[in-house]
Amino acid sequence: MAEKNEGMLSPYRVLDLTDEKGYFGAKLLGDLGADVIKIEKPAGDPGRSLGPFFHDEPGLEKSLFWMGLNTNKRGITLNLETAGGQEVFRQLCKTADIVIESFSPGYMESIGLGYEVLAKINPELIMTSISGFGQSGPYRDYKAPSIVLWALSGQSFVTGDADRAPLSTSYPIPYFFGGMQAAIGSLIAIFHRAVTGRGQYVDVPSILSLAWATGSDPQGLWLNDKAIVTRSGRYWPRPQPKPDGTIGYVNVPLTYPCKDGGVKFFPFVEQGQLPSTNGMTQWAIAEGCGTEAAKTVDWSTWNWQVVSQELVDDITGCFAALYMKHTKAELFEEAQKREIQLYPVFTAEDMLKFPQLSIRNFWEKVAHPELGETFTYPGAFTQLGEGSCRIKRRAPLIGEHNKEIYTGEMGMSENDMMLLKQKGDI
Amino acid sequence: MASRPFEGINILDFTWTATGPASVNPLAFYGATVIKVESRGRFDALGSLGPFKDGIPEPERSYSFAYTQAGKRLSITLNLSHPRGQEIIRKLVEWADIVADSYVTGTMERWGLDYENLKKIKPDIIMMRTCMHGHTGPLAKQPGQGFILTALSGVDSLISWPDRAPSGAYGPFTDYVVPQLNTISIIAALDYRRRTGKGQYIDQSQHEATLGLIAPLILDYTVNKRDITGHGNRQPNAAPHGIYRCQGQERWCAVAVFTDAEWESFCKVIGKPSLASDPKFNTLAKRKENEDALDRVVEEWTSQRPPEEVMKLMQSSGVAAGLVSNARDMAEDRQFKHYNFFENREHPVQKNIPFSHGPNFRLSDEEYELGRSNLLGEHNDYVYTSILGFSDEEFVNLVAEGVI
Repeated sequence: MAEKNEGMLSPYRVLDLTDEKGYFGAKLLGDLGADVIKIEKPAGDPGRSLGPFFHDEPGLEKSLFWMGLNTNKRGITLNLETAGGQEVFRQLCKTADIVIESFSPGYMESIGLGYEVLAKINPELIMTSISGFGQSGPYRDYKAPSIVLWALSGQSFVTGDADRAPLSTSYPIPYFFGGMQAAIGSLIAIFHRAVTGRGQYVDVPSILSLAWATGSDPQGLWLNDKAIVTRSGRYWPRPQPKPDGTIGYVNVPLTYPCKDGGVKFFPFVEQGQLPSTNGMTQWAIAEGCGTEAAKTVDWSTWNWQVVSQELVDDITGCFAALYMKHTKAELFEEAQKREIQLYPVFTAEDMLKFPQLSIRNFWEKVAHPELGETFTYPGAFTQLGEGSCRIKRRAPLIGEHNKEIYTGEMGMSENDMMLLKQKGDI
Repeated sequence: MASRPFEGINILDFTWTATGPASVNPLAFYGATVIKVESRGRFDALGSLGPFKDGIPEPERSYSFAYTQAGKRLSITLNLSHPRGQEIIRKLVEWADIVADSYVTGTMERWGLDYENLKKIKPDIIMMRTCMHGHTGPLAKQPGQGFILTALSGVDSLISWPDRAPSGAYGPFTDYVVPQLNTISIIAALDYRRRTGKGQYIDQSQHEATLGLIAPLILDYTVNKRDITGHGNRQPNAAPHGIYRCQGQERWCAVAVFTDAEWESFCKVIGKPSLASDPKFNTLAKRKENEDALDRVVEEWTSQRPPEEVMKLMQSSGVAAGLVSNARDMAEDRQFKHYNFFENREHPVQKNIPFSHGPNFRLSDEEYELGRSNLLGEHNDYVYTSILGFSDEEFVNLVAEGVI
């Protein structure tokens, strides 16, 4: 079968009803070539009021939050709460492969557009619902902004400095976890549909993937050893079993200040990691920052379970002294030469200037004729040998593709479309 | 039971540590057959990373290795430096639909397992590669890991107080972001191959993959020249919005009030309904202006109650609130129990792995299957004889010659 090489998912149509809690998931499918139609309220999507804004001027067509997360989508307006709008939506479902939504659990059923109803219209349809806590269970109806998800997922308890309250994230990372999982679940359902001919329902509680991301240390140490990991800021605590069966910790710095910012380094001693740790130690010694402990350390026999905090402080103190002699750019450059795993804490400017990203043509310039400017976006989330997942279109303006889709693809007359508009259905 | 989504899909898995295995796991949950290749001299690095069960530092006791190998696998050992290693690799590639690795440029090449060579053996092979900076450019050979990639990707800067250098993410946070994107690429490639007969080469730079998440913040820089910064627990569009001390040792609760209606509910819950119309706090703008005073009001109330009670009272009145769960709270959480999030798998050495997790979503028509981490070479016999077709005698010889 011949197919245009525009993306791996080019035969599929996605109806995107999400808000900021799900934009990213539908966008990923669009990046891989799916025909994603973002459906907005006639007055514009609520996410358009989220900042940052173009030149800091709030406006429905100026939200950089909207623009950054809705590339590779077309956009139509449609009112899901009027009878006329719902009829149009049901029509759209007949030719769609995936409906993806992030309303409060139960909302789609309450307006008569739940999965049971849509599956009768199109048994092959896949419906994916993103929510904070899932479509069932005791927290189903709990409000789930980013900070609440970060807290209940176990992330907050381990992030932040010991001398202050636990920290949340200043950008809604939890929503992106829900979005990515929605894309995975939808694609598994798509792949399976080819065999069974049936669609299905995908329930994505964002809290699950976020809790999974706390990893094995906090979970394993509680469930096996009845020890609790708490926030330790710039350190990564390594557990030390004591003779009485309890667990202590040695705190190892992970983030260090340098002349003009911060760098991250950890002296791993695990399989394959010794060259980096040895390299770091030798570098500190070569620049006169090595103490006796650093000069005599044998990392190949190092055991985090028994080393003393004094020894850790002594040796990492040598690294700290070296870092304060240099800028983060100097440190990064030299670390690369020495094959040391050290990264500076990047500013946005550092990212844009990073040669590796430019050489791989990562950045993309996207034209916004309505704003009279072209600006730079992060590009493909992966590079592909066949096809690409680069930016093929900027985020849609309000109702930008109404005519193209309603008259061009659904066969409405211009007059029908105008009537729907007048009634507030689209 | 109907055939599972990936039944009949074979994955040759050279990935190690966290990101690579986590990229492959969801396919294993839904029926793919995965052969994990290690060698006696080069086993998965996480096997040497603690904590360990009972504090005994052995690979099969590592929590992190057990955690990342939740998808069912067949584990084999193979000495790729042995002259007969190549013959066996060829058979394995012929068997595979997908070859996955998470090395920097050079390792797979050294074994003759670059994409061009794989294609010669199997023209429609899908190769999924994931490393820090991708397989082109000057840093293709630069190793790294998720503990520090958080610095390059902006994540650390977003978890920070405004008056301090970034505190940063806990653990290898990006190791949980980038595998999700790889899984998406792999399934899309499988579907593309099913339809077109074409293979695919997936070259994931983990750094690039993380930057898409913060696209709006990158645009804030490229358009407005504003840098990526954290602002503690506050948000411009809400107040109160923070994490507040509650009754007990290290007990905290997040509370977030966005609208005036939520503010009114909040005031009722704390037993001060008249506060709602207090001119210091009666609009979002006022609440932002007097946020320090507001936070004191909140904490005065929360500090007299356990966080579970704060959450329950707030949420039942329509105000967003969430317990700051520690690992014990997570294990006892009713919502996680409802979704059977913590599963227990039996293990020959650890006895139990009580922190096993399946997929992070639920399909209405498909069950998933959870595996457990294997012992080194646990399935040598089965894979070499039943899948690759060596006789028992040949298998014994391969072991004796040091090939396996």
